[in-house]
Amino acid sequence: MFIKLKSLLYNNEVRAIAFQVLAVVFIAYFVYQAFDNMMLNIEQSGIRSGFGFLNDEAGFAVNDNFFLTYSPTSTNLQAFYVGIVNTLIVAITGIFFASVIGLVIGIARLSSNYLIRKMATVYIEIFRNIPILLQILFWYSTALSVLPSTRNSMNFLDSVFLNSRGLFLPKFIIGTEFYLVLASFIIGIVAYVFIKKRSTKKHDDTGIATNTIPHFLGLVVLLPIMAYFVFGAQLEYPALKGFNFQGGTDLSIEFFSLAFALSVYTATYIAEAIRSGIDSVDKGQKEAAAALGLRQGQAMRLVVLPQALRVAIPPIINQYLNLTKNSSLATAVGYSELVTIFSGTVLNVVGQAIEVIALTMLVYLTISLFISLVLNIFNKKMEIKGK
Amino acid sequence: MAVYPLKETKKAPQSQTKAIQWLKENLLSSTSNVLLTLTALYLIYLILPPILNWTIFDANFDLTADNDSCGREGACWAFIYDNFKMFIYGFYPQEELWRIDTMFGLIVVMIMFGSWIKKSQYRMHYIIGAFLVYPIAAFFLLHGGLGLEVVGTDKWGGLTLTIVVAAVGIVASFPLGILFALGRQSKMRIVKFISVVFIEFVRGVPLITILFMASVILPLFFSVGMDFDKLLRALIGITLFQTAYIAEVIRGGLQAIPKGQYEAADASGLNFVQKTTLIILPQALKISIPNIVGSFIALFKDTTLILIIGLYDMLAIVGAATSNSSWLGRNSEGYVFVAFVMWVILYSMSRYSKKLEVRFSTEHKN
Repeated sequence: MFIKLKSLLYNNEVRAIAFQVLAVVFIAYFVYQAFDNMMLNIEQSGIRSGFGFLNDEAGFAVNDNFFLTYSPTSTNLQAFYVGIVNTLIVAITGIFFASVIGLVIGIARLSSNYLIRKMATVYIEIFRNIPILLQILFWYSTALSVLPSTRNSMNFLDSVFLNSRGLFLPKFIIGTEFYLVLASFIIGIVAYVFIKKRSTKKHDDTGIATNTIPHFLGLVVLLPIMAYFVFGAQLEYPALKGFNFQGGTDLSIEFFSLAFALSVYTATYIAEAIRSGIDSVDKGQKEAAAALGLRQGQAMRLVVLPQALRVAIPPIINQYLNLTKNSSLATAVGYSELVTIFSGTVLNVVGQAIEVIALTMLVYLTISLFISLVLNIFNKKMEIKGK
Repeated sequence: MAVYPLKETKKAPQSQTKAIQWLKENLLSSTSNVLLTLTALYLIYLILPPILNWTIFDANFDLTADNDSCGREGACWAFIYDNFKMFIYGFYPQEELWRIDTMFGLIVVMIMFGSWIKKSQYRMHYIIGAFLVYPIAAFFLLHGGLGLEVVGTDKWGGLTLTIVVAAVGIVASFPLGILFALGRQSKMRIVKFISVVFIEFVRGVPLITILFMASVILPLFFSVGMDFDKLLRALIGITLFQTAYIAEVIRGGLQAIPKGQYEAADASGLNFVQKTTLIILPQALKISIPNIVGSFIALFKDTTLILIIGLYDMLAIVGAATSNSSWLGRNSEGYVFVAFVMWVILYSMSRYSKKLEVRFSTEHKN
C-alpha cells in the first residue's frame, strides 16, 4: 500500500493533475477574494452595477460625428456606437496612408539613388524612435499654432476651408440624386473589375497585355463625375456663420493630427517590412526577369513585389492591428473615438468602471481576433502555394 | 632573348576616379535617376530650411531671456534651460536630488565593476547579487526610509520616472513572462489554457485600457480603505502588459530549441525543474535576447502613456511647465526637446539590439 502511494508521488501524470488542481484552487481563491472585495466596494460607494446605463441619456455632445445621428439626448449605447465608428474611421484612414507612405519609403530604401536611399533611412530612424503619443501631441500643437483662425481660414474655391479647427468640406445632400451618383460609381467599379478580369484572362491565354488604365479613368473616375452633373446632385457647402462654419462635413484638427501621426509612425514599420520582403526575394529572380527582357519597373511589379509581399504581408497586418490599438491615444488630444467617448466621458458620468472598461476592451479584442483570423487565412493560403 | 620591361599601369581616367565615379553611379546613372536626385534635392529644400530656421537661425539662445523677451519667430531655448531640472527629476525636492544622482551613479559603478571582474569565477554570483540588491537600494534611495526623508511618489517625475517605470516593468515582467511562456508550452491543459487566455487577452487590447483598468478597477479588488498608490497601479498595469509580450518572445525562443535537447535531458535522468532551468531556459533565453531588447525598447516608448492616467513622465512635464504662466505656449520647444532626448535613448538602444542580433545570429550558425 505504502509503496503504491510512493510511486503515485513520482508519477508524472499524478503530479501534473495535482499541480493543476493547486493552480485552479489558488486562482479561484484570488478571484473569490477580489470579487468579494469588489462587491463590498461597489456597495459602499453607491455605484449601481449592470448594463442598464447603456439606455440612459448620454447628455454630452460629440465633436466628430460622421454617419450616425447623435445628439446629447441620445443614449449611452449610441455614444458607444459613435465611438466604435470613429475608431474604425481613424484606423482605416491611418492604415490607408501608412500603407502608401510605407510602400514608397520601403522601395525608396532600396533605391539605387544615394540621396533617396539615405532620406528614406533618415525618415525611418527618426519617426520610429520617437514615442507615438509624443508625435500625436506634437502634430496637434503644431497644427494649432500654424493654421489660421476661423476668420482667416485658408479658402479653396469657396467650398473647402482649412483652419485651426479643422478641414471643412462640402457634403452630399442625401436624396435620390445622391443615390443615383452612388449607383453609377458602384456600376463603374463593377464594370472595371469585369474588364480587368477579362484582360488578365486574355493575357494568361495569349500573352497579349492590354492597358486598362484608360478604362479605369473612364469608368471609376469620369462616370461618377458625369452622373453628378447629369442628375444634378446637390452639395451642401460649408459657410462661415458667427464663430464657426456651418453645414458641410468637417474633419477636426484632432482627427487630422491623430491620423497623420499614426500614418507617419506606422509607415516606418511597414516600410521596414516591405524592405525585408524585397530583400528576401532571391537575386536570381531579378536576373531571370531581366534575362526575359522585362524592364526594371516591370520586373519589380510583376516578379519581385508579388513574392516580396508574401513575406511582408503578415508583419504589415500586425502593424495594422497596432495602428488600430494606438488610435486609442486619441484621448490625449480629444478626438472622439471609443476610448475618449466611452472610457473617458461616459465613465466620468456613470462611474461604472468595470462595465465600461470591459465593453471597451471587448471591442478591441474583437478587432484583434478578427485580424488574426484574416492573418491565419492568409498564411494558410500562402503556405499551400509555396510548398 | 629580348627583355620587355613591365610598363607602369595607367591611372584610371579622370571620369572614373572616386568622387565623379561615385556621383555618376549613385546620383546620375540614368535620366530617371537624375530626376530622382532633383526630386530629393527639392524635398530637402522644402523641409530642411524651416526646421533649421526655427531651431537655430531664428531661435533665441539667450538663456536668461523670459517668455516675452524671447520672441515668437523661432525656438526659445531658455525655456528648456529654465525647466531642465524638472524635465530630469520631476518635482523631487531640490535638496534631495543627490539621491537620484546616486541611484543612477550606482548603475554606472556596478557596470564598471562588472566588466572589471569579467574573468572572475564569481562573476555570475555578482550579477545575480546585484540584480537582487540594487532594486532594494534604489527603492530606499528614491522613496526614502532608513533615515532618509520620505518623498512621495506624487513628487516623482520627468526622465527619472520614465526610467523607473521602464526598469520596473522589464525586471518584474521577466520572471512572470518566463512562467507564462512555459505555461503556454506546457502539456497541462488547464495551465496552458490560463496562459493562452492571459497572453492573448493582454496582447489584444491597447495599453491604455489596461492602464485604465489598473488605475480604476484594480483598487476595487482590494479591501475597502486600502490606500493604493497611483504609481504602483500604473506599475502593475505596465508589468501585466509587458509580461504578455515577454512571454511571447520567450516562447519564440523555446520553440527554437531542437527537440533533441529535451530528449537528451530526459535521457540523462533530469527532472522537469532541472531540465528547464539547466538545459532549456539558458538556450532559449540566449536566442531571445535580441527580441527581449526589442520588447524593452517598445516598453520604453510606451511609458509615455502613463501621462494619460495622471503621472508626470517627461512628456507630461511639457504640459506642466507650459501651463505655468511664465512659460505659456512654449509646447513646441518642450516637445522637440523631449523628442530629442527620447530619440537619442531609443536610437542607441535599437542600434545596440541590431548589434546583438548580428552577434547572436553568427554564433548559432554552424
